[in-house]
Amino acid sequence: MKRRKQLAALGINLLAWVLSLILLAPLLLILFNSFKTGREAAAMNLSLPAAPQWSNFALVIQKGKLGTTFLNSMLYSVSSVLLCTLLCTMAAYVLSRNRRRLHNFLYLFLVLGIAIPINYIPLIRVMQALKLMNTRIGIVLLYTATQIPFNIFLIHSFVSKISPEIDEAAVIDGASPAALFFRIVMPLMKPVLVTVMVLTFLNTWNEFVMPLYFLNSSDKWPMTLAVYNFFGMYFKDWNLVCADIVLTSAPVIIIYLLGQKYIVSGMTAGAVKG
Amino acid sequence: MNKNRIYPTRFVFGALLLYSVLFVLPSVMGLGYSFTDWSVYSDSIHFVGLQNFATAFSADYNYTRMLVNTLRFTLVTTVVKNAVGLALAVLLTKQVKLLNFHRAVMYLPCVLSALIVGMIFKSVLNPKIGLLNTFLRGMGLNFLASNWLTDSKIAFRSVMVVDIWKGMGYIMTILIAGIMSIPQTYYEAASIDGGSAWQCFRHITLPLLVPTLTVTTVLNVIYGLKVFDMVYSLTNGGPGFATEVMYTGVYKEFGLGRYAVGTTLSTIMTLVMLVAGFFMIRHMVKGDGQEI
Repeated sequence: MKRRKQLAALGINLLAWVLSLILLAPLLLILFNSFKTGREAAAMNLSLPAAPQWSNFALVIQKGKLGTTFLNSMLYSVSSVLLCTLLCTMAAYVLSRNRRRLHNFLYLFLVLGIAIPINYIPLIRVMQALKLMNTRIGIVLLYTATQIPFNIFLIHSFVSKISPEIDEAAVIDGASPAALFFRIVMPLMKPVLVTVMVLTFLNTWNEFVMPLYFLNSSDKWPMTLAVYNFFGMYFKDWNLVCADIVLTSAPVIIIYLLGQKYIVSGMTAGAVKG
Repeated sequence: MNKNRIYPTRFVFGALLLYSVLFVLPSVMGLGYSFTDWSVYSDSIHFVGLQNFATAFSADYNYTRMLVNTLRFTLVTTVVKNAVGLALAVLLTKQVKLLNFHRAVMYLPCVLSALIVGMIFKSVLNPKIGLLNTFLRGMGLNFLASNWLTDSKIAFRSVMVVDIWKGMGYIMTILIAGIMSIPQTYYEAASIDGGSAWQCFRHITLPLLVPTLTVTTVLNVIYGLKVFDMVYSLTNGGPGFATEVMYTGVYKEFGLGRYAVGTTLSTIMTLVMLVAGFFMIRHMVKGDGQEI
Protein backbone atom coordinates (compact mmCIF):
# COMPACT_ATOMS: atom_id res chain seq x y z
CA MET A 1 0.00 0.00 0.00
CA LYS A 2 2.77 2.40 0.98
CA ARG A 3 4.78 1.25 -1.98
CA ARG A 4 1.90 1.99 -4.33
CA LYS A 5 1.49 5.46 -2.92
CA GLN A 6 5.17 6.20 -3.44
CA LEU A 7 4.95 4.99 -7.02
CA ALA A 8 1.89 7.15 -7.65
CA ALA A 9 3.69 10.17 -6.18
CA LEU A 10 6.70 9.50 -8.40
CA GLY A 11 4.38 9.14 -11.39
CA ILE A 12 2.66 12.49 -10.98
CA ASN A 13 5.95 14.27 -10.36
CA LEU A 14 7.39 12.75 -13.49
CA LEU A 15 4.31 13.71 -15.48
CA ALA A 16 4.50 17.30 -14.23
CA TRP A 17 8.14 17.49 -15.34
CA VAL A 18 7.42 16.07 -18.79
CA LEU A 19 4.63 18.60 -19.31
CA SER A 20 6.75 21.48 -18.04
CA LEU A 21 9.53 20.48 -20.40
CA ILE A 22 7.12 20.43 -23.36
CA LEU A 23 6.29 24.03 -22.50
CA LEU A 24 9.87 25.05 -21.82
CA ALA A 25 11.62 23.35 -24.75
CA PRO A 26 10.64 25.90 -27.44
CA LEU A 27 11.53 28.78 -25.11
CA LEU A 28 14.91 27.30 -24.17
CA LEU A 29 15.57 26.70 -27.86
CA ILE A 30 15.23 30.42 -28.51
CA LEU A 31 17.32 31.35 -25.46
CA PHE A 32 20.18 28.98 -26.33
CA ASN A 33 20.20 29.95 -29.98
CA SER A 34 20.39 33.64 -29.17
CA PHE A 35 23.91 32.97 -27.79
CA LYS A 36 25.14 30.88 -30.72
CA THR A 37 27.12 31.77 -33.81
CA GLY A 38 25.23 31.91 -37.09
CA ARG A 39 26.57 28.53 -38.16
CA GLU A 40 25.71 26.81 -34.85
CA ALA A 41 22.21 28.31 -34.86
CA ALA A 42 21.52 27.07 -38.38
CA ALA A 43 21.00 23.60 -36.90
CA MET A 44 18.29 24.97 -34.55
CA ASN A 45 18.74 22.34 -31.87
CA LEU A 46 18.72 22.35 -28.08
CA SER A 47 22.47 21.99 -27.59
CA LEU A 48 24.22 24.61 -25.47
CA PRO A 49 26.27 27.24 -27.32
CA ALA A 50 29.98 26.46 -27.54
CA ALA A 51 30.83 29.96 -26.39
CA PRO A 52 28.16 32.58 -25.62
CA GLN A 53 28.07 35.20 -28.37
CA TRP A 54 27.12 38.36 -26.51
CA SER A 55 27.83 40.28 -29.70
CA ASN A 56 24.56 38.93 -31.17
CA PHE A 57 22.64 41.25 -28.89
CA ALA A 58 24.72 44.30 -29.73
CA LEU A 59 24.36 43.52 -33.43
CA VAL A 60 20.61 43.06 -33.24
CA ILE A 61 20.09 46.24 -31.24
CA GLN A 62 21.87 48.13 -33.96
CA LYS A 63 20.45 46.35 -37.03
CA GLY A 64 16.91 46.00 -35.71
CA LYS A 65 16.79 49.60 -34.40
CA LEU A 66 15.81 48.20 -31.04
CA GLY A 67 16.70 51.43 -29.23
CA THR A 68 13.94 53.42 -30.90
CA THR A 69 11.37 50.64 -30.86
CA PHE A 70 12.07 49.90 -27.19
CA LEU A 71 11.42 53.54 -26.33
CA ASN A 72 8.24 53.46 -28.46
CA SER A 73 6.97 50.37 -26.68
CA MET A 74 7.84 51.87 -23.29
CA LEU A 75 6.09 55.12 -24.17
CA TYR A 76 2.93 53.34 -25.37
CA SER A 77 2.83 50.91 -22.46
CA VAL A 78 3.57 53.38 -19.66
CA SER A 79 1.21 56.06 -21.01
CA SER A 80 -1.60 53.56 -21.51
CA VAL A 81 -1.06 52.19 -18.02
CA LEU A 82 -1.26 55.63 -16.41
CA LEU A 83 -4.19 56.92 -18.44
CA CYS A 84 -6.17 53.69 -18.31
CA THR A 85 -5.65 53.21 -14.58
CA LEU A 86 -6.72 56.74 -13.75
CA LEU A 87 -9.83 56.80 -15.98
CA CYS A 88 -10.95 53.28 -15.10
CA THR A 89 -10.46 53.73 -11.37
CA MET A 90 -12.52 56.91 -11.29
CA ALA A 91 -15.29 55.43 -13.41
CA ALA A 92 -15.44 52.03 -11.72
CA TYR A 93 -15.44 53.61 -8.25
CA VAL A 94 -18.43 55.81 -8.97
CA LEU A 95 -20.30 53.07 -10.84
CA SER A 96 -19.76 50.65 -7.98
CA ARG A 97 -20.78 53.07 -5.22
CA ASN A 98 -23.65 54.83 -6.93
CA ARG A 99 -26.02 52.27 -8.40
CA ARG A 100 -28.92 54.19 -9.81
CA ARG A 101 -30.52 52.98 -13.01
CA LEU A 102 -28.33 55.23 -15.18
CA HIS A 103 -25.16 53.96 -13.52
CA ASN A 104 -26.17 50.32 -13.87
CA PHE A 105 -26.78 50.91 -17.54
CA LEU A 106 -23.44 52.69 -18.02
CA TYR A 107 -21.60 49.88 -16.25
CA LEU A 108 -23.11 47.21 -18.49
CA PHE A 109 -22.53 49.36 -21.57
CA LEU A 110 -18.84 49.67 -20.64
CA VAL A 111 -18.17 46.04 -19.72
CA LEU A 112 -19.93 44.71 -22.81
CA GLY A 113 -16.74 45.81 -24.58
CA ILE A 114 -15.03 42.75 -23.07
CA ALA A 115 -16.84 40.66 -25.62
CA ILE A 116 -17.42 42.82 -28.67
CA PRO A 117 -14.63 43.11 -31.21
CA ILE A 118 -13.14 46.28 -32.63
CA ASN A 119 -14.25 47.23 -36.11
CA TYR A 120 -10.88 48.38 -37.41
CA ILE A 121 -11.80 49.73 -40.82
CA PRO A 122 -14.42 52.31 -39.75
CA LEU A 123 -12.12 53.14 -36.83
CA ILE A 124 -9.70 54.51 -39.43
CA ARG A 125 -12.35 57.05 -40.39
CA VAL A 126 -12.74 58.08 -36.76
CA MET A 127 -8.99 58.36 -36.30
CA GLN A 128 -8.68 60.44 -39.48
CA ALA A 129 -11.44 62.78 -38.38
CA LEU A 130 -9.70 63.28 -35.03
CA LYS A 131 -6.32 63.73 -36.77
CA LEU A 132 -4.95 60.78 -34.80
CA MET A 133 -3.85 58.56 -37.69
CA ASN A 134 -0.18 57.63 -37.56
CA THR A 135 0.41 59.50 -34.28
CA ARG A 136 1.82 58.24 -31.01
CA ILE A 137 -0.94 59.87 -28.98
CA GLY A 138 -3.51 58.15 -31.21
CA ILE A 139 -2.08 54.71 -30.47
CA VAL A 140 -1.98 55.41 -26.73
CA LEU A 141 -5.63 56.49 -26.78
CA LEU A 142 -6.58 53.34 -28.70
CA TYR A 143 -4.77 51.08 -26.26
CA THR A 144 -6.48 52.88 -23.40
CA ALA A 145 -9.93 52.66 -24.98
CA THR A 146 -9.68 48.95 -25.77
CA GLN A 147 -8.63 48.05 -22.23
CA ILE A 148 -11.25 50.12 -20.45
CA PRO A 149 -13.96 47.41 -20.33
CA PHE A 150 -11.96 44.68 -18.59
CA ASN A 151 -10.21 47.05 -16.20
CA ILE A 152 -13.48 48.66 -15.14
CA PHE A 153 -14.87 45.21 -14.51
CA LEU A 154 -11.89 44.29 -12.31
CA ILE A 155 -11.90 47.49 -10.27
CA HIS A 156 -15.70 47.58 -9.93
CA SER A 157 -15.85 44.20 -8.23
CA PHE A 158 -12.95 45.16 -5.95
CA VAL A 159 -14.56 48.45 -4.86
CA SER A 160 -17.79 46.67 -3.99
CA LYS A 161 -15.83 44.85 -1.28
CA ILE A 162 -14.53 48.04 0.36
CA SER A 163 -16.93 49.19 3.05
CA PRO A 164 -18.69 52.50 2.22
CA GLU A 165 -18.63 53.46 5.91
CA ILE A 166 -15.13 54.82 5.38
CA ASP A 167 -16.51 57.22 2.75
CA GLU A 168 -19.23 58.41 5.10
CA ALA A 169 -16.72 59.13 7.87
CA ALA A 170 -14.57 61.12 5.46
CA VAL A 171 -17.53 63.10 4.14
CA ILE A 172 -18.64 63.98 7.65
CA ASP A 173 -15.11 65.24 8.28
CA GLY A 174 -15.62 67.56 5.32
CA ALA A 175 -13.75 65.80 2.50
CA SER A 176 -14.69 66.85 -1.03
CA PRO A 177 -15.54 64.08 -3.58
CA ALA A 178 -12.10 64.43 -5.18
CA ALA A 179 -10.28 64.36 -1.83
CA LEU A 180 -12.33 61.36 -0.72
CA PHE A 181 -11.43 59.50 -3.89
CA PHE A 182 -7.74 60.37 -4.23
CA ARG A 183 -6.77 60.48 -0.53
CA ILE A 184 -9.00 57.86 1.09
CA VAL A 185 -10.34 55.32 -1.40
CA MET A 186 -7.53 55.07 -3.94
CA PRO A 187 -4.90 53.97 -1.38
CA LEU A 188 -7.27 51.19 -0.29
CA MET A 189 -7.45 49.97 -3.88
CA LYS A 190 -3.73 49.30 -4.13
CA PRO A 191 -3.92 45.52 -4.83
CA VAL A 192 -6.36 45.84 -7.72
CA LEU A 193 -4.53 48.86 -9.08
CA VAL A 194 -1.29 46.87 -9.25
CA THR A 195 -3.14 44.08 -11.08
CA VAL A 196 -4.64 46.56 -13.55
CA MET A 197 -1.29 48.22 -14.15
CA VAL A 198 0.56 44.94 -14.69
CA LEU A 199 -2.07 43.51 -17.05
CA THR A 200 -2.38 46.74 -19.03
CA PHE A 201 1.38 46.92 -19.41
CA LEU A 202 1.65 43.32 -20.64
CA ASN A 203 -1.28 43.64 -23.05
CA THR A 204 0.02 46.86 -24.53
CA TRP A 205 3.55 45.56 -24.85
CA ASN A 206 2.40 42.39 -26.63
CA GLU A 207 -0.18 43.95 -28.94
CA PHE A 208 0.67 44.58 -32.59
CA VAL A 209 -2.61 44.79 -34.49
CA MET A 210 -3.22 48.49 -33.73
CA PRO A 211 0.14 49.59 -35.17
CA LEU A 212 -0.53 47.31 -38.15
CA TYR A 213 -3.65 49.31 -39.00
CA PHE A 214 -2.90 52.73 -37.58
CA LEU A 215 0.86 53.39 -37.72
CA ASN A 216 2.40 53.32 -41.18
CA SER A 217 5.78 54.86 -40.42
CA SER A 218 8.19 52.29 -39.02
CA ASP A 219 9.94 54.78 -36.72
CA LYS A 220 6.80 54.71 -34.56
CA TRP A 221 6.53 50.92 -34.41
CA PRO A 222 6.62 49.11 -31.09
CA MET A 223 9.14 46.33 -30.43
CA THR A 224 6.81 43.44 -31.28
CA LEU A 225 6.09 44.68 -34.79
CA ALA A 226 9.75 45.54 -35.33
CA VAL A 227 10.90 42.06 -34.36
CA TYR A 228 8.43 40.55 -36.84
CA ASN A 229 9.78 42.79 -39.57
CA PHE A 230 13.34 41.88 -38.58
CA PHE A 231 12.39 38.21 -38.86
CA GLY A 232 11.23 38.85 -42.42
CA MET A 233 14.59 40.36 -43.38
CA TYR A 234 17.02 38.13 -41.46
CA PHE A 235 15.14 34.81 -41.35
CA LYS A 236 18.32 32.98 -42.32
CA ASP A 237 20.23 34.29 -39.28
CA TRP A 238 18.41 32.40 -36.57
CA ASN A 239 20.85 33.50 -33.89
CA LEU A 240 20.00 37.14 -34.52
CA VAL A 241 16.28 36.50 -34.77
CA CYS A 242 16.43 34.63 -31.46
CA ALA A 243 18.42 37.42 -29.82
CA ASP A 244 15.76 39.89 -30.99
CA ILE A 245 12.99 37.67 -29.63
CA VAL A 246 14.78 37.39 -26.27
CA LEU A 247 15.22 41.15 -25.97
CA THR A 248 11.61 41.85 -26.97
CA SER A 249 10.21 39.32 -24.51
CA ALA A 250 12.56 40.15 -21.63
CA PRO A 251 10.40 42.98 -20.22
CA VAL A 252 7.21 40.89 -20.11
CA ILE A 253 9.01 37.94 -18.57
CA ILE A 254 10.60 40.13 -15.89
CA ILE A 255 7.24 41.68 -15.09
CA TYR A 256 5.62 38.24 -15.05
CA LEU A 257 8.19 36.92 -12.59
CA LEU A 258 7.81 39.94 -10.32
CA GLY A 259 4.04 40.29 -10.56
CA GLN A 260 2.83 36.72 -11.06
CA LYS A 261 0.52 36.95 -8.05
CA TYR A 262 -1.21 40.04 -9.41
CA ILE A 263 -1.55 38.65 -12.93
CA VAL A 264 -3.14 35.44 -11.71
CA SER A 265 -5.54 37.25 -9.40
CA GLY A 266 -6.63 39.49 -12.25
CA MET A 267 -7.03 36.65 -14.71
CA THR A 268 -9.12 34.56 -12.35
CA ALA A 269 -11.28 37.40 -11.02
CA GLY A 270 -14.84 37.06 -12.16
CA ALA A 271 -14.28 33.55 -13.44
CA VAL A 272 -14.40 31.98 -10.00
CA LYS A 273 -16.92 33.05 -7.44
CA GLY A 274 -15.76 31.98 -3.99
CA MET B 1 -26.29 61.19 2.34
CA ASN B 2 -26.57 62.38 -1.24
CA LYS B 3 -24.83 59.76 -3.35
CA ASN B 4 -24.78 61.90 -6.46
CA ARG B 5 -22.84 64.57 -4.63
CA ILE B 6 -20.31 62.22 -3.03
CA TYR B 7 -19.92 60.01 -6.09
CA PRO B 8 -20.18 62.44 -9.00
CA THR B 9 -21.15 61.00 -12.37
CA ARG B 10 -18.54 63.21 -14.06
CA PHE B 11 -15.88 60.75 -12.80
CA VAL B 12 -17.21 58.33 -15.43
CA PHE B 13 -16.99 60.75 -18.34
CA GLY B 14 -13.32 60.26 -19.28
CA ALA B 15 -13.54 56.50 -19.69
CA LEU B 16 -16.98 56.74 -21.25
CA LEU B 17 -15.86 59.28 -23.85
CA LEU B 18 -12.80 57.33 -25.01
CA TYR B 19 -14.69 54.05 -25.07
CA SER B 20 -17.67 55.47 -26.94
CA VAL B 21 -15.67 57.31 -29.58
CA LEU B 22 -12.91 54.78 -30.28
CA PHE B 23 -14.72 51.50 -29.60
CA VAL B 24 -18.49 51.76 -29.92
CA LEU B 25 -18.75 54.44 -32.60
CA PRO B 26 -16.71 52.46 -35.19
CA SER B 27 -18.95 49.43 -34.64
CA VAL B 28 -22.08 51.51 -35.21
CA MET B 29 -20.54 53.17 -38.26
CA GLY B 30 -19.48 49.72 -39.46
CA LEU B 31 -23.07 48.58 -39.49
CA GLY B 32 -23.91 51.54 -41.71
CA TYR B 33 -20.95 51.04 -44.06
CA SER B 34 -21.92 47.38 -44.49
CA PHE B 35 -24.75 48.51 -46.76
CA THR B 36 -22.48 50.58 -49.02
CA ASP B 37 -19.79 50.13 -51.68
CA TRP B 38 -17.14 52.01 -49.69
CA SER B 39 -13.69 51.32 -51.12
CA VAL B 40 -10.32 52.91 -51.66
CA TYR B 41 -11.00 53.22 -55.39
CA SER B 42 -13.83 55.70 -55.33
CA ASP B 43 -14.47 58.93 -53.45
CA SER B 44 -18.23 58.57 -53.39
CA ILE B 45 -20.11 56.00 -51.35
CA HIS B 46 -23.36 54.43 -52.53
CA PHE B 47 -26.02 52.39 -50.85
CA VAL B 48 -25.95 48.82 -52.16
CA GLY B 49 -28.39 47.06 -49.86
CA LEU B 50 -27.46 43.58 -48.73
CA GLN B 51 -24.91 42.99 -51.48
CA ASN B 52 -21.92 42.75 -49.10
CA PHE B 53 -23.72 40.28 -46.90
CA ALA B 54 -24.52 38.21 -49.98
CA THR B 55 -20.80 38.25 -50.84
CA ALA B 56 -19.84 37.25 -47.31
CA PHE B 57 -22.17 34.26 -47.32
CA SER B 58 -21.81 33.29 -50.98
CA ALA B 59 -20.81 29.68 -51.50
CA ASP B 60 -18.43 30.17 -54.42
CA TYR B 61 -16.10 32.43 -52.51
CA ASN B 62 -13.34 31.86 -50.02
CA TYR B 63 -15.54 33.49 -47.39
CA THR B 64 -17.18 30.18 -46.64
CA ARG B 65 -13.73 28.86 -45.90
CA MET B 66 -13.07 31.67 -43.43
CA LEU B 67 -16.35 31.14 -41.67
CA VAL B 68 -15.90 27.37 -41.44
CA ASN B 69 -12.29 27.77 -40.30
CA THR B 70 -13.24 30.28 -37.62
CA LEU B 71 -15.95 28.00 -36.26
CA ARG B 72 -13.67 24.98 -36.43
CA PHE B 73 -10.88 26.85 -34.67
CA THR B 74 -13.29 27.99 -31.97
CA LEU B 75 -14.78 24.55 -31.40
CA VAL B 76 -11.52 22.60 -31.40
CA THR B 77 -9.45 24.99 -29.29
CA THR B 78 -12.28 25.44 -26.80
CA VAL B 79 -12.78 21.72 -26.27
CA VAL B 80 -9.08 20.84 -26.16
CA LYS B 81 -8.02 23.77 -23.99
CA ASN B 82 -10.74 22.96 -21.49
CA ALA B 83 -9.88 19.27 -21.43
CA VAL B 84 -6.12 19.75 -21.20
CA GLY B 85 -6.50 22.70 -18.83
CA LEU B 86 -8.67 20.60 -16.55
CA ALA B 87 -6.21 17.70 -16.57
CA LEU B 88 -3.36 20.08 -15.78
CA ALA B 89 -5.35 21.78 -13.03
CA VAL B 90 -6.16 18.46 -11.38
CA LEU B 91 -2.52 17.39 -11.65
CA LEU B 92 -1.20 20.66 -10.23
CA THR B 93 -3.51 20.69 -7.22
CA LYS B 94 -2.06 17.37 -6.07
CA GLN B 95 1.01 16.97 -3.92
CA VAL B 96 3.57 17.63 -6.60
CA LYS B 97 7.01 18.87 -5.66
CA LEU B 98 7.90 22.36 -6.91
CA LEU B 99 4.21 22.99 -7.51
CA ASN B 100 4.59 26.73 -7.98
CA PHE B 101 7.42 26.24 -10.45
CA HIS B 102 5.29 23.97 -12.63
CA ARG B 103 2.30 26.31 -12.46
CA ALA B 104 4.49 29.28 -13.37
CA VAL B 105 5.95 27.41 -16.35
CA MET B 106 2.53 26.38 -17.66
CA TYR B 107 1.31 29.97 -17.53
CA LEU B 108 4.46 31.44 -19.06
CA PRO B 109 3.39 31.23 -22.75
CA CYS B 110 0.30 33.31 -21.95
CA VAL B 111 2.38 36.38 -21.18
CA LEU B 112 4.28 36.22 -24.46
CA SER B 113 3.03 38.08 -27.49
CA ALA B 114 1.22 35.88 -30.03
CA LEU B 115 3.52 37.36 -32.65
CA ILE B 116 6.56 36.11 -30.72
CA VAL B 117 5.00 32.68 -30.16
CA GLY B 118 4.29 32.51 -33.89
CA MET B 119 7.92 33.20 -34.69
CA ILE B 120 9.15 30.66 -32.13
CA PHE B 121 6.98 27.98 -33.70
CA LYS B 122 7.99 28.90 -37.23
CA SER B 123 11.39 27.76 -36.06
CA VAL B 124 10.19 24.69 -34.14
CA LEU B 125 7.99 23.56 -37.06
CA ASN B 126 10.52 24.29 -39.79
CA PRO B 127 10.44 21.17 -42.03
CA LYS B 128 14.21 20.90 -42.55
CA ILE B 129 15.87 22.05 -39.35
CA GLY B 130 12.95 22.47 -36.93
CA LEU B 131 13.07 20.94 -33.48
CA LEU B 132 9.96 18.82 -34.01
CA ASN B 133 11.01 17.11 -37.22
CA THR B 134 14.56 16.61 -35.90
CA PHE B 135 13.09 14.98 -32.82
CA LEU B 136 10.79 12.75 -34.89
CA ARG B 137 13.62 11.67 -37.17
CA GLY B 138 15.78 10.98 -34.13
CA MET B 139 13.09 8.67 -32.81
CA GLY B 140 13.03 6.86 -36.17
CA LEU B 141 9.60 8.26 -36.97
CA ASN B 142 10.60 9.79 -40.31
CA PHE B 143 7.16 9.23 -41.78
CA LEU B 144 5.64 11.60 -39.19
CA ALA B 145 7.95 14.49 -40.07
CA SER B 146 5.85 16.93 -42.09
CA ASN B 147 5.64 20.38 -43.62
CA TRP B 148 3.63 21.54 -40.64
CA LEU B 149 2.82 25.04 -41.79
CA THR B 150 3.04 24.79 -45.56
CA ASP B 151 1.06 21.62 -46.25
CA SER B 152 -2.48 22.84 -46.77
CA LYS B 153 -3.92 19.65 -45.27
CA ILE B 154 -2.30 20.04 -41.87
CA ALA B 155 -1.41 23.74 -41.60
CA PHE B 156 -4.64 24.67 -39.85
CA ARG B 157 -4.22 21.84 -37.36
CA SER B 158 -0.71 23.06 -36.60
CA VAL B 159 -2.02 26.56 -35.98
CA MET B 160 -4.61 25.20 -33.57
CA VAL B 161 -2.03 23.13 -31.70
CA VAL B 162 0.26 26.13 -31.26
CA ASP B 163 -2.68 28.18 -30.01
CA ILE B 164 -3.53 25.43 -27.54
CA TRP B 165 0.10 25.32 -26.41
CA LYS B 166 -0.05 29.05 -25.72
CA GLY B 167 -3.49 29.22 -24.13
CA MET B 168 -3.94 26.10 -22.03
CA GLY B 169 -2.03 27.53 -19.06
CA TYR B 170 -4.55 30.34 -18.80
CA ILE B 171 -7.48 27.93 -18.62
CA MET B 172 -5.52 25.80 -16.16
CA THR B 173 -4.94 28.80 -13.90
CA ILE B 174 -8.64 29.66 -13.79
CA LEU B 175 -9.56 26.03 -13.12
CA ILE B 176 -6.96 25.74 -10.34
CA ALA B 177 -8.63 28.69 -8.62
CA GLY B 178 -11.95 26.89 -9.11
CA ILE B 179 -10.69 23.65 -7.62
CA MET B 180 -9.14 25.48 -4.65
CA SER B 181 -12.50 27.04 -3.86
CA ILE B 182 -14.09 23.60 -3.36
CA PRO B 183 -14.27 22.94 0.40
CA GLN B 184 -11.76 20.31 1.50
CA THR B 185 -14.39 18.66 3.75
CA TYR B 186 -16.11 17.10 0.72
CA TYR B 187 -12.97 15.20 -0.15
CA GLU B 188 -12.44 14.18 3.48
CA ALA B 189 -15.97 12.79 3.69
CA ALA B 190 -15.46 10.92 0.43
CA SER B 191 -12.19 9.39 1.61
CA ILE B 192 -13.88 8.19 4.83
CA ASP B 193 -16.47 6.48 2.63
CA GLY B 194 -13.63 4.87 0.67
CA GLY B 195 -14.08 6.88 -2.56
CA SER B 196 -11.40 6.39 -5.19
CA ALA B 197 -9.54 9.27 -6.82
CA TRP B 198 -11.67 8.88 -9.97
CA GLN B 199 -14.91 8.87 -7.97
CA CYS B 200 -13.82 12.02 -6.14
CA PHE B 201 -13.11 13.70 -9.46
CA ARG B 202 -16.31 12.48 -11.11
CA HIS B 203 -18.71 13.22 -8.24
CA ILE B 204 -17.11 16.17 -6.41
CA THR B 205 -14.59 18.11 -8.52
CA LEU B 206 -16.37 17.97 -11.87
CA PRO B 207 -19.91 18.94 -10.79
CA LEU B 208 -18.65 21.75 -8.54
CA LEU B 209 -16.44 23.03 -11.34
CA VAL B 210 -19.29 23.40 -13.85
CA PRO B 211 -19.74 27.16 -13.25
CA THR B 212 -16.01 27.76 -13.73
CA LEU B 213 -15.95 25.57 -16.84
CA THR B 214 -18.85 27.59 -18.21
CA VAL B 215 -16.78 30.74 -17.87
CA THR B 216 -13.67 29.24 -19.44
CA THR B 217 -15.82 27.96 -22.30
CA VAL B 218 -17.35 31.36 -22.98
CA LEU B 219 -13.92 33.04 -22.73
CA ASN B 220 -12.52 30.51 -25.19
CA VAL B 221 -15.42 30.94 -27.60
CA ILE B 222 -15.05 34.72 -27.62
CA TYR B 223 -11.29 34.42 -28.07
CA GLY B 224 -11.66 31.82 -30.83
CA LEU B 225 -14.15 33.87 -32.84
CA LYS B 226 -11.86 36.91 -32.60
CA VAL B 227 -8.61 35.08 -33.39
CA PHE B 228 -6.18 36.97 -35.58
CA ASP B 229 -2.70 37.25 -34.02
CA MET B 230 -1.81 33.59 -34.00
CA VAL B 231 -2.95 32.89 -37.55
CA TYR B 232 -1.38 36.08 -38.87
CA SER B 233 2.02 35.33 -37.39
CA LEU B 234 2.14 31.60 -38.24
CA THR B 235 0.66 31.36 -41.72
CA ASN B 236 -1.07 34.67 -42.52
CA GLY B 237 -4.00 32.66 -43.83
CA GLY B 238 -1.94 30.52 -46.19
CA PRO B 239 -1.02 28.30 -47.88
CA GLY B 240 -3.63 29.58 -50.30
CA PHE B 241 -6.67 30.16 -48.16
CA ALA B 242 -6.17 27.04 -46.04
CA THR B 243 -5.89 28.80 -42.69
CA GLU B 244 -7.88 31.95 -43.38
CA VAL B 245 -10.16 33.05 -40.51
CA MET B 246 -12.61 35.96 -40.29
CA TYR B 247 -10.17 38.54 -38.94
CA THR B 248 -7.31 37.68 -41.28
CA GLY B 249 -10.00 38.06 -43.94
CA VAL B 250 -10.89 41.51 -42.65
CA TYR B 251 -7.22 42.51 -42.75
CA LYS B 252 -6.85 41.19 -46.32
CA GLU B 253 -9.93 43.09 -47.50
CA PHE B 254 -8.47 46.17 -45.85
CA GLY B 255 -5.18 45.62 -47.68
CA LEU B 256 -7.07 45.23 -50.98
CA GLY B 257 -8.90 48.47 -50.28
CA ARG B 258 -12.31 46.78 -50.26
CA TYR B 259 -13.37 48.52 -47.07
CA ALA B 260 -17.09 47.77 -47.27
CA VAL B 261 -16.60 44.00 -47.53
CA GLY B 262 -14.08 44.01 -44.69
CA THR B 263 -16.40 46.07 -42.55
CA THR B 264 -19.28 43.72 -43.31
CA LEU B 265 -17.27 40.73 -42.08
CA SER B 266 -16.49 42.66 -38.90
CA THR B 267 -20.12 43.63 -38.44
CA ILE B 268 -21.26 40.03 -38.73
CA MET B 269 -18.79 39.07 -36.00
CA THR B 270 -19.90 41.99 -33.81
CA LEU B 271 -23.52 40.90 -34.00
CA VAL B 272 -22.64 37.31 -33.11
CA MET B 273 -20.46 38.41 -30.22
CA LEU B 274 -23.03 40.84 -28.84
CA VAL B 275 -25.26 37.84 -28.15
CA ALA B 276 -22.47 35.66 -26.75
CA GLY B 277 -21.10 38.60 -24.80
CA PHE B 278 -24.39 39.45 -23.19
CA PHE B 279 -24.62 36.04 -21.56
CA MET B 280 -21.03 36.11 -20.44
CA ILE B 281 -21.25 39.57 -18.95
CA ARG B 282 -24.44 38.68 -17.14
CA HIS B 283 -22.67 35.76 -15.55
CA MET B 284 -19.55 37.76 -14.71
CA VAL B 285 -21.26 40.71 -13.03
CA LYS B 286 -23.72 38.65 -11.01
CA GLY B 287 -21.36 38.27 -8.06
CA ASP B 288 -20.93 41.86 -6.96
CA GLY B 289 -24.57 42.69 -6.38
CA GLN B 290 -25.08 44.09 -9.87
CA GLU B 291 -28.59 44.08 -11.23
CA ILE B 292 -29.07 43.22 -14.85
